[in-house]
Amino acid sequence: MVIFLQNLVNALQWGSFYALIALGYSMVYSILMLFNFAHGDIFMVGAYIGFGVSVGLIGLAHSGLLPMPHWLILVLTILVSMFLTSFVGMIVERVGYRPLRNAPRASAAITGLMIGIILETGNLILLGARRVSFPSLIETATYDVGGVILTNKKIMIVGVSLLLSLALHQFVRRTKWGMAMRAMAFDSVVVPLMGVPLNTMAALTFAIGSALAAAAGILFGVAYPVLDPYMGIVFGWKAFVAAILGGRGSILGATLAGFLLGFTEIFVAMVFPSTLRDLIAYSIILLILTFRPHGFFGEPYSARLRL
Amino acid sequence: MPVLEVRKMSHNFGGLRAVNGYHLEIDAGQIRGLIGPNGAGKTTIFNLISGVYAPAEGEVSLNGRKVNGLPPHRIAAMGISRTFQNLLLWRHMTVVEHVKMAHYSRIRYGLAGAFFGTRKRHREEAEIEEKALGLLEMMGIRHLAGQVVLNLPYGAQRRVEMARALATEPRVLLLDEPTAGMNPEELVRIMEIIRRAHDELGLAILLIEHRLKVVMELCERIQTLNFGEVIAEGTPEEIRNDPKVIDAYLGKESLI
Repeated sequence: MVIFLQNLVNALQWGSFYALIALGYSMVYSILMLFNFAHGDIFMVGAYIGFGVSVGLIGLAHSGLLPMPHWLILVLTILVSMFLTSFVGMIVERVGYRPLRNAPRASAAITGLMIGIILETGNLILLGARRVSFPSLIETATYDVGGVILTNKKIMIVGVSLLLSLALHQFVRRTKWGMAMRAMAFDSVVVPLMGVPLNTMAALTFAIGSALAAAAGILFGVAYPVLDPYMGIVFGWKAFVAAILGGRGSILGATLAGFLLGFTEIFVAMVFPSTLRDLIAYSIILLILTFRPHGFFGEPYSARLRL
Repeated sequence: MPVLEVRKMSHNFGGLRAVNGYHLEIDAGQIRGLIGPNGAGKTTIFNLISGVYAPAEGEVSLNGRKVNGLPPHRIAAMGISRTFQNLLLWRHMTVVEHVKMAHYSRIRYGLAGAFFGTRKRHREEAEIEEKALGLLEMMGIRHLAGQVVLNLPYGAQRRVEMARALATEPRVLLLDEPTAGMNPEELVRIMEIIRRAHDELGLAILLIEHRLKVVMELCERIQTLNFGEVIAEGTPEEIRNDPKVIDAYLGKESLI
């Protein structure tokens, strides 16, 4: 039982990363009908921006110019990096995807993969072929709850990712942009005719998705403080699976599926040799998709409106 | 000066001349009819005026300002609104959300307001809610405000679409077969609603309609379109007796 609970805690943390990244995939797909295959690399870029921002802030704090406690540095790092990374997302949309709005879907997919490669190799050129270690901003405190080990980092990671999912949910439910996003999940013809600028919505969607990916990147850096330029690839693909599993455009779906993916991986590794982890975990996912091809909360393709 | 003026508008799809030299002038408070057989180019004219496509030739102007070539959301914000032949609703959103969504271009609060729930935003949201409910009242569907449109009967969905079109606060309203698929009872209601929209809001309305009885009753002037060209234009009386119209259109259906 203790082992089970311990794994549950670990799975929650692991799933948090997937959930946050999956949200970006899912929102972009819902609104523009394309998968941004560079999204995993935006997660990587976000982690690196977080690295830069936190190193800068630590320097600032230690030089005595702007003394502040480390927890504040972490909060600022998350906020500033989310803000900066949202611009990376908007640039990717503007340069990579907007010119292809009416091109065949395959062109957008190829573009996404290319942008991913550009971001990875750009990082290599900029920082060289080495790993960087994310500064440790908070001391790890461990709590023993009936044999289950919790750490303050784990609690924070799960808490922040749930908080962000909830904030996004509120944004989509309650604001005019959120409403426009939900409407655009049904069509992209009527929505502009009701006065909504398509390009603004596309940019905003990319900005939000990228900001969430940046948050995931920093949280990842807090938990596993080694960053490398290719860290986004596997995470990106797995979060992509979570987005599909959650159903197109569903915030709740993407969040749940992200956690489910975390659970599946961790629990498979608990029972089977860890080399078989992905094989078994993704076979299970494949099985689920066989029975629910449009995911937990998704709708079939044909549901989209045509003029 | 006419509210909406279209001059020599033409458009091609590949080698097909879908619309050829279309001409229109509507003043505020006029209802114009647009009839013609299937494929004559009626909906294409709507798509060209509302900016779904930019016309290949010609000019569309609203209150004397050129609008052709602008993106559709700008044209909508300037005051041209429309409905759709095949009811393009956002099926999982509620009735009131449809109407609020269409207020989009009138909402002024910024992203900061969205995130921090400023007073300005709350005030604006309240105003929009009130306006939306007012429109639903006018359409006689206020009691359905919280319902998801997917579950509504067809006639009610038509009225949601009409409310959404009016929520953009247009000067010109383009109605694409508003009575399609309606039973006689719903038909009477929707005609009454079109009249009210016209009388109370003083809109210029361009109406595509297959039921000639409806067009003849509502419109002051009617254009008949065939193969992308206006073949006849005039009062309902003149249209009814025009041999070209009877040939192209009435001849095969003889609905009058």
